[in-house]
Amino acid sequence: MSLAGGPPLIEVEHLTMRFGGLLAIDDVSFSANPREITAIIGPNGAGKTTVFNCITGFYKPTVGRLRLHAGEGEFLLERMLGHEIGQRAKVARTFQNIRLFPGMTVLENLLVAQHNKLMRASGWSVLGLLGFASYRTAEAEAVALARDWLERIRLLPDADRPAGELPYGAQRRLEIARAMCTGPRLLCLDEPAAGLNPRESGELNDLLLSIRDRDGIGVLLIEHDMSVVMNISNHVVVLDYGRKIAEGGPAAVRSDPAVIRAYLGTDDEAIDG
Amino acid sequence: MGSRLPSMLKDAGLTAFVAAALGIFIVGFRTVDIGRGLTFDYQIVDLAVAVVTIFFGRFGLSLAANGLRWPAIVLGVVMIAIGVSPMQLPSGFLHWFVALGGVLLVIRAIWPWANDAMAAAARTPTGRTIDRVASKWFGWALLVAAVLMPFTPMADQKTMDLGVLILTYVMLGWGLNIVVGLAGLLDLGYVAFYAVGAYAYALLSTQHGMGFWVVLPLAGMMAALFGLVLGFPVLRLRGDYLAIVTLGFGEIIRLVLLNWVDLTNGPAGIGSIPGPTLFGAVFAETAPAGKQTVAEMLGIPFNGIHRLIFLYYIILVLALITNLFTQRMRRLPVGRAWEALREDETACRALGINPTNTKLTAFAIGAMFAGFAGSFFAAKQRFISPESFVFIESAIILAIVVLGGMGSQVGVVLAAVLLIGLPEWFRDLGNYRMLAFGLAMVLIMVFRPRGLVAHREPSIRLHPAGSGGGG
Repeated sequence: MSLAGGPPLIEVEHLTMRFGGLLAIDDVSFSANPREITAIIGPNGAGKTTVFNCITGFYKPTVGRLRLHAGEGEFLLERMLGHEIGQRAKVARTFQNIRLFPGMTVLENLLVAQHNKLMRASGWSVLGLLGFASYRTAEAEAVALARDWLERIRLLPDADRPAGELPYGAQRRLEIARAMCTGPRLLCLDEPAAGLNPRESGELNDLLLSIRDRDGIGVLLIEHDMSVVMNISNHVVVLDYGRKIAEGGPAAVRSDPAVIRAYLGTDDEAIDG
Repeated sequence: MGSRLPSMLKDAGLTAFVAAALGIFIVGFRTVDIGRGLTFDYQIVDLAVAVVTIFFGRFGLSLAANGLRWPAIVLGVVMIAIGVSPMQLPSGFLHWFVALGGVLLVIRAIWPWANDAMAAAARTPTGRTIDRVASKWFGWALLVAAVLMPFTPMADQKTMDLGVLILTYVMLGWGLNIVVGLAGLLDLGYVAFYAVGAYAYALLSTQHGMGFWVVLPLAGMMAALFGLVLGFPVLRLRGDYLAIVTLGFGEIIRLVLLNWVDLTNGPAGIGSIPGPTLFGAVFAETAPAGKQTVAEMLGIPFNGIHRLIFLYYIILVLALITNLFTQRMRRLPVGRAWEALREDETACRALGINPTNTKLTAFAIGAMFAGFAGSFFAAKQRFISPESFVFIESAIILAIVVLGGMGSQVGVVLAAVLLIGLPEWFRDLGNYRMLAFGLAMVLIMVFRPRGLVAHREPSIRLHPAGSGGGG
């Protein structure tokens, strides 16, 4: 399935999530490949964010397997603690309602993302506290990485401003950059284009394409903005009422009758006419 | 303006009426014991003065609210003048009441004006530079003042005692600042770790003859251990729930100290705790067998104040260590992770930060500094009992942190001076000093809702400060 012929990046198998009597996700299986953008679309309440929360460890799935293939082996995400998924499996995510550290500066936000790397370099704070040179070098490298990302998202002049003061579109870009600073294998973006104007949304497309092509990261994307989905995704998974109703390339999904029905309703006249 | 005058007078009259109706029972009558029973004493003049003051105070506030700044200021100044004049008012408190009312009125009248002017000044680039330089140098100036204080003529017994007390709270405030200000964990039982440190020193010194300098690190470690033991199960709780558990923990420690009589001597406390020594020499008029007094060692005449000065410098150094450690930690990944946790725990988890471990380090380190301060407290007081570690202590330390501005180091110093110093300086006010204290708190809450020092200095900068790149 993958372009290189290798295994997919993540395989979601029979994922089911039940909240009491509510079946939020019902036996959903799909896979996403490395160096590709996979979009998950569907009407409101279809269970898209729940899939994300299962993949990133915020929920424990009721049933199902989440297999992440990494160079050194595979991780079963459903068995890992929330923070381990970011720390060891290297899955990074953004949130539907932006979750930056608003009181901290833009640069600090990007350094917090490199926490685990810097913790090791600072000898779990002991060497850092004593002012060892090895920590200072590691910190300089971390700042350099942050600076690169700030240039890419055009926020370099705002590096020392509190993140909460930035305009909305800039906060969206910063959240993506922060997730990228963790050095992820898989980047999960929950509605990154929500609330962006057409120009900003075009810039977002370029940023996501550069993450795919230049950084070689697999991207999993929840999106309502069809211009984003259709222009940049390689593969689209459509959910409705917690079930997968279609899967395939953007053009195929767009003309799929089940998808049209899910989005426009089952008015027979509308389909006949 | 003339048309509003009747309504303003009516409003002031109504306020005065309410004050009179409430005050007649609280101020107007007083029961006096005449030996055979109780009788009433009438204080109608006091009440009348208070009601008249309230009438003019309210009227002045209405004037200020309607933009009549100068009449309000004049009224305020007249009230201050009456308050401080030698004129005989029925009680000393009424002088304070009238004068403080006048001060409030003047502040209210000038405030909008001063506020606008300050905000405008702070917005200009020079204003911002001055702000930054001032906040930087202010800390250093405070430090120099603190170091030189014992050599100034004002350093008598009372001032030194107060200085030691304030510095103890500064240290506790800085310690709790790590937990509350940086990591955002609301800890209402901080005094428990203070108690652990104090009892660790008291027991190890009186029962095992260990010296202050040996026990000091042990006490810190012991308190940190208690922090870990408490923190491990409860730190997955958030916000209010954590606050309640820590509140309970504080009480549990106190009750254990009170009831475990075999170990802690219960409510009777532990006495004759040895004080800290200077290179093995003790601070006393006559040395115990085999020891030397500091006065003998240095060849100077004995003076009781030497001990206080020594204690003052110990706590100053301990507090400074706390401060330097915190400043340093803030610039390390763990410090940034603390602040990130305070801002958004969910985002931290998504970034692969282990929230439990990060919170535990903050909790244990905060507890460690409380342990240091506790063993200093025991060495200074020479007597400790569970009475010293009641909830109000936790509340005061927390108030210092919140009032200072969460996470601000200089703010903690200012708040400690205000919260600990003011009630001591206002002792002349007798029972009314808590009233003055409350008034000061309300004023701060009204005018500085985010604490005395709300400015947060970034832990790292990409562009040098003041280059105009940032905001």
